[in-house]
Amino acid sequence: MSGVRLLVGTRKGAFVLTSDGKRDKWDVSGPHFAGWEIYHLKGSPVNPNRVYASQTSGWFGQIIQRSDDGGKTWIQPGTPPSEKDAKQPRPPKGESNKFVYDTSAGTGKPLTTHMWYDGTQHPWEFKRVWHIEPSLTDADTVYAGVEDAGLFRSTDGGQNWQELAGLRGHGTGPRWQPGAGGMCLHTVILDPSNPQRIYIAISAAGAFRTDDAGKTWRPINKGLVSPYIPEPTAEVGHCVHHVAMHRSRPHVLFMQKHWDVMRSDNAGDSWQEVSGNLPTDFGFVIDVHAHDPETIYVVPIKSDGEHFPLDGKLRVYRSKSGGNEWGALTKGLPQKDCYVNVLRDAMSVDSLDKCGVYFGTTGGQVYGSADAGDSWTPIVQHLPAVLSVEVQTLS
Amino acid sequence: MIRVVLPGHLRALARVGSEVELQIDGPVTQRSVLDALEAQYPMLRGTIRDHVTHERRPFLRFFACAEDYSLEPPDTPLPDAVASGAEPLLIIGAIAGG
Repeated sequence: MSGVRLLVGTRKGAFVLTSDGKRDKWDVSGPHFAGWEIYHLKGSPVNPNRVYASQTSGWFGQIIQRSDDGGKTWIQPGTPPSEKDAKQPRPPKGESNKFVYDTSAGTGKPLTTHMWYDGTQHPWEFKRVWHIEPSLTDADTVYAGVEDAGLFRSTDGGQNWQELAGLRGHGTGPRWQPGAGGMCLHTVILDPSNPQRIYIAISAAGAFRTDDAGKTWRPINKGLVSPYIPEPTAEVGHCVHHVAMHRSRPHVLFMQKHWDVMRSDNAGDSWQEVSGNLPTDFGFVIDVHAHDPETIYVVPIKSDGEHFPLDGKLRVYRSKSGGNEWGALTKGLPQKDCYVNVLRDAMSVDSLDKCGVYFGTTGGQVYGSADAGDSWTPIVQHLPAVLSVEVQTLS
Repeated sequence: MIRVVLPGHLRALARVGSEVELQIDGPVTQRSVLDALEAQYPMLRGTIRDHVTHERRPFLRFFACAEDYSLEPPDTPLPDAVASGAEPLLIIGAIAGG
């Protein structure tokens, strides 16, 4: 029987929510890694029971965790195989939390400084992993988008990480600047039709694309207009909040920018605004319906100064035309006194026949819709602030 | 044996109790204690001091015998009571966040 598994990262631990295909009753497990910030968890498309998690702390730094049973038990990659099932496994032998920027000349002239908030240059300093993206073809290969912005890859199940230094090395790095949340590489999209092509997005630098599996990169920000930066149509410097793609049309991208919802029909070569009739086009999340590549979802947020829904009404907006024409989805969502935020990695869709849509809030609610957004129910209501939501469709 | 008390989150990570014991040959300093700790519990690498620079993470402090040794050079000998095992080296997470 089919089912779904939600992987929820929060400020104080990870939670795994599971349901059958009806999606009306849910089991909740967690908190895993209680007390730690879990920025992101994501399962492997090749082996859904292989799940990676980014566990982080302002005190103790970065930890990578891995599960091979769908989130029931976890190890740090590098734990000797014979020890995995022991009640008291011995320490891992690897260095799964070692993210060291590549400064070797042979890998692409890596940069050593970026722009700081005051316009001066500042050294690159690793802080945390924001986003984990498992390979589409190999369960042991996984990408990590990190703060300060960089892209790392592991080919041994998360045990060792190497930077794809060409991204920082292509030349515009000194013009990248942190957003309010830090200078994070928060979006990694792998093209299912072309293993050489990867899209990433950085706040606040913009979107980038590689067509040679990460060796070289180029900014793809033409058409973005950000009036609040010194050069509104600059090649880099835009605060891209999230990018989404439908796997059937990997050249079509949708973007929630700081302000503006954008669309590209040519793999990011150019963008056009599709905010249309949205009540506000500020926001963080954006996602695409599993079966209809022209149906997209956003959660409008009042403004960059007031990170909560307009008028205290939590509304998902759906466009069935790939943007411009939007309709509010409110059934089951609070329509008064709601002042939560929905962060950039906190929306996901399942691929059951009737597409499920899920999102988490900074108020600790995770809402789910089993009818493509027509109606919503809270799955859980009192978690710590939700940082990320990923869904796995299980057969 | 040298005794080290870890903060709660690192105990959970290393799957140890409130105190760990380390064998150190030679001078007992912050550096030698942390080297031995990370050798015995590799998952703690990077959690107390930086992977590359070996600088103490900003929100962690080192205390022994009611004194703060956090700002001492890493090769400064720790008190005799720590070297003898009479007192533990305390690794403490700063109270921050308010």
